Amino acid sequence: MKPTRRDFLATGTGLFVFCQAGPLDAQQPAPAARRPSYPTDFNAYLRIGADGRVACFVGKVDMGQGEMTALAQCLADELDVAYDTVDMLMGNTELCPWDGGTGSSNCIQAFSLILRRAAAEARAVLLQMAAEQLQAPVERLKVDAGVVTDPAQNKRISYTEMVQGKRIERHLGNVPLKSAADFRLIGRAQPWKGAADVVTGRTKYTGDISVPGMLCARILRPPAHGATLKSVDTSAAEKAGARVVRADGLIAVLDERRDVADAALRLVKAEYDPPPEGPNDRTIYDHLVKTAPPATLVGQKGDPAEGEKLAAQIVEETYLNAYVAHAPIETHSAVAAFEDGKVTIWASSQSPFQVRQLVAEGLGVSQESVRVITPMVGGGFGGKGLTIRSSAWQAHEAALLARAAGKPVQVVWDRAEEFFYTNFRPAAVVKIRSGLSGEGKIVSWLYQVWGAGNRDAISVYDIPNQRTTSAGGWTEGANPPGMHPFGVGPWRGPSANTNTFARESHLDVLAAKAGVDPVEFRLNHLTDPPLRRVLETAATKFGWKPNKAPGGRGVGMACGTYKNESRMATMVEVAVDKRTGHVQVKHVVCVMDLGLAANPEGCQRQLEGGIVMGLGYTLSEEIHFNGGAIRERSFDDYPIPRFSWAPKIETIVLDNPTAPPLGCGEPPVITVGALIANAIFDAIGVRLRQLPMTPERVRAAVQGA
Amino acid sequence: MQRTISFTLNGKPARVTVDEERMLLWVLRGDLGLTGAKFGCGTADCGACTVIVNNEAVRSCSTPVKDIAGKRVLTIEGLGQDGKLHPIQEAFVKHHAFQCGFCTPGMVLNAYALLLKNPRPGPEEIVRSMDGNLCRCGSHNRIVAAIAEASDGMKGVTR
Repeated sequence: MKPTRRDFLATGTGLFVFCQAGPLDAQQPAPAARRPSYPTDFNAYLRIGADGRVACFVGKVDMGQGEMTALAQCLADELDVAYDTVDMLMGNTELCPWDGGTGSSNCIQAFSLILRRAAAEARAVLLQMAAEQLQAPVERLKVDAGVVTDPAQNKRISYTEMVQGKRIERHLGNVPLKSAADFRLIGRAQPWKGAADVVTGRTKYTGDISVPGMLCARILRPPAHGATLKSVDTSAAEKAGARVVRADGLIAVLDERRDVADAALRLVKAEYDPPPEGPNDRTIYDHLVKTAPPATLVGQKGDPAEGEKLAAQIVEETYLNAYVAHAPIETHSAVAAFEDGKVTIWASSQSPFQVRQLVAEGLGVSQESVRVITPMVGGGFGGKGLTIRSSAWQAHEAALLARAAGKPVQVVWDRAEEFFYTNFRPAAVVKIRSGLSGEGKIVSWLYQVWGAGNRDAISVYDIPNQRTTSAGGWTEGANPPGMHPFGVGPWRGPSANTNTFARESHLDVLAAKAGVDPVEFRLNHLTDPPLRRVLETAATKFGWKPNKAPGGRGVGMACGTYKNESRMATMVEVAVDKRTGHVQVKHVVCVMDLGLAANPEGCQRQLEGGIVMGLGYTLSEEIHFNGGAIRERSFDDYPIPRFSWAPKIETIVLDNPTAPPLGCGEPPVITVGALIANAIFDAIGVRLRQLPMTPERVRAAVQGA
Repeated sequence: MQRTISFTLNGKPARVTVDEERMLLWVLRGDLGLTGAKFGCGTADCGACTVIVNNEAVRSCSTPVKDIAGKRVLTIEGLGQDGKLHPIQEAFVKHHAFQCGFCTPGMVLNAYALLLKNPRPGPEEIVRSMDGNLCRCGSHNRIVAAIAEASDGMKGVTR
């Protein structure tokens, strides 16, 4: 039997060899793993170049969260190289180690530890090599910025000199990570990698990729999900000089110039049979409850029926939220180019390795013959692909059309396509039946959610008798056909933004019934130390003055947990115009405990961004539809937060360097719905239970009160 | 109608022979290879395609190329000079006034047009002038702070 590399490593000799790998410039790192798991060989993640630079390869994708900065910090710190010598290479399926996709705020929480382990092992191997070359015990060596020094002999050798641009063929097991006390870079803000390129327009997004001979494709789209094509006449488009290509059900017009292809598509005449009647944006909530799969038990403690016997009053409410779109400013984009039997896909995607699989399946070829490259992504928010097929469909379309056309093809969805095909946050229904004792304690809690999913559905509060069930959700396969009239999927903080809206609204409803200040009411039901800490910190920072709502001040608060890990408390001041129904959010304080923050400033940006984005699903964003036909086609139809909406925002990321890192990309968005609903109640004494709280809904609630 | 249109692009003479009704965005991105101006909506709703024409911010997705004949067009590629960032760009970096960066070229140029008109705008005027440019990542407050800072450094750096 031929010895494998692992056998060699298992001998544990002090020998090491370099294999014949090319220089970094030739871009020839370790072959990507074929099975879906993170490679264990640290060479998959890093290369020390002959030029003194360190290349870091990650299958993660940066879409604005600052991953490439935070991960570069993690690598540089554990490896003990200078931060500015690290070059990040992301989302390339041939050069980067396999990854399961960028989402669920997992990049720092899970992947940063994998990367740090790789760097820590590489550092330990390099120190061992240095010890041999300098003939000094490892313990005596110091390393700084990639240079190993033996102070006793006053000798030094750099990583670059030892490695000479080659692959390191030595491994060590169980190398510990640095402890917080030894961090040089982790936990400190570092300059954003590539900031100058962003502000000068040099950063390349997928739509900026151009390959020789490339054609822009515009694809014929149905007027509604579920509509079937009856007849199509492309003759006018062809007469005007456009090339028409049909592939696997796609009908597309192609031209070198995008706008000329746009014009040609308008000349295509098509007739469709409408889809069977379906729910609309008013009937959807009943429809969801009727069509959802049987509810599953998420959690139970005690018995709510028994708890109700202790209650002085039963409070039952229903909370609703609409379908919302991700609406990144960069629409779904892809380029496909075949060369020598292999296709290269550039795709705006959160999951390049899943795109590779999707494209390979669509073309009926092996994954080895598909290479996916992910340039900088212009916003994702869950809409650009994890496990949901439709979220990277543009790459599939580009691949099919490129093969049919025999030319490289670019597919860049227009705004109407983006509003039609994004995997929407599901509309959802939450019913809460709760019992409040005469002493103002919640003694029973029956929580049922339809459509959103179970993430963070279980209450964090100390309620002796509680039962939580969930039916359907945002994950693939969670819903029977016909439940949602179009595709749904993860939308920043999936499930949690619905569940937090319902739970934290209801906590305030109960606090008002009990005649207790909302902060005090929560503290009366909280033993979770980190959540108490963020809540108390927020109250101090905000200057929260205890008062039972409605106090006429327009202040509100909400707590949140994300994936039952990170903790946050948010407070707000709003102004409500009862006549117009307009809600102006004036000031937000958000305090978060997310464990070790690799880049605290980056976390603050995520908090600020999440709060502003949250104003959209809370106040304005809603998909209107009739069956599969979607009304929203532009930003004019679908208002997203603007400059004039942005409140003063103060964020505090609690210093917690010895705790493991938790995600921060999604959590800040989840409390915003209840936060504003609670503040509106405090301002005008009217409770809104449906998102978004548009001016029309606020006016209607005022009139109904 | 196919026509040769001459204009000044980032300080240099430029000429394109195209259908004069085509939108400037696609001529810039496709025919001229300047991809800094982005396609975000195509309906003048988002501002990602903003460029400067004769010192005014315009939405290039909705500006026919015939409208720029004989005019001065500035794109994000031409704002910095001699390899140096313009003060607005510097301020965007300093305040980290972006996340995904897709709207950033349009934001920077819209801010540039504002500061040309009013070198010392207050926060309210900045918000009012920027309100038509959309950012989905939520960098608004940082963008306002960056523009306020840049307003102090604009002297002598108009293009």
